[in-house]
Amino acid sequence: MGSGYSPPVWAAIRRWFDPAELGSVGEPPDYRFSLANERTFLAWLRTGLALVGGGLAAAQFLPPLPMSHLREVIAVALLLLGGAVAVRAVDHWARTERAIRLGQELPASRFPAILALAVGAGAVLLVIAVLVRAVGGR
Amino acid sequence: MNTGRDAGLQPERTRLAWRRTLLTLTVVTALAVRLASAGGPTGALIAGVTVLVWGALLVLCWPRGTGTGPARTGGRTLPLVAVGTVALALLGVLLVLRGLC
Repeated sequence: MGSGYSPPVWAAIRRWFDPAELGSVGEPPDYRFSLANERTFLAWLRTGLALVGGGLAAAQFLPPLPMSHLREVIAVALLLLGGAVAVRAVDHWARTERAIRLGQELPASRFPAILALAVGAGAVLLVIAVLVRAVGGR
Repeated sequence: MNTGRDAGLQPERTRLAWRRTLLTLTVVTALAVRLASAGGPTGALIAGVTVLVWGALLVLCWPRGTGTGPARTGGRTLPLVAVGTVALALLGVLLVLRGLC
């Protein structure tokens, strides 16, 4: 929390890596809650890894696309999204663990909704691309 | 082992979640190495770093996926795995950008 003059980002990152700090707030929770929180983190991490894997697959398995560098743009977008999901996963895990120990409400998050919208928008774009190719191309 | 709280299958479920994660990590590493194999000497270097990251994460997380006792939770392992995932993503970006030039 109060960490002198370090900006909030660095304070958050320090908190992720300091289990003693996390263990000092509130009361030790029922460890089943901690295990569930950890599994949620792992599920998000796998989501991030799947996006990274999707980016790597797009880079090597997509055929050359009509727009130049479109394949690379798709790959880099997926890779960066995967990295962002991993960072957000660990941040949410630490904040949830704090809330559990302090008996507070769990942190609310818009991230799942934003990610769902992004994936949905990507799917719609791909459907349009496929239809355009089927009708106009060939 | 009656401590008043029944852990039930929670530690086992968590261990299996770790194993799934390590399996996913391995598949992603294989994809990265395959992509890097087309990239000449720089690709080989990136592939080597990728395999190193994979090995480090495997050694780090292996205890979390094995054993039968009460599971450990939390600690530095979690942020380190996240950092490893970000590293794999950035190595992937390097590979893609390297393919452009």
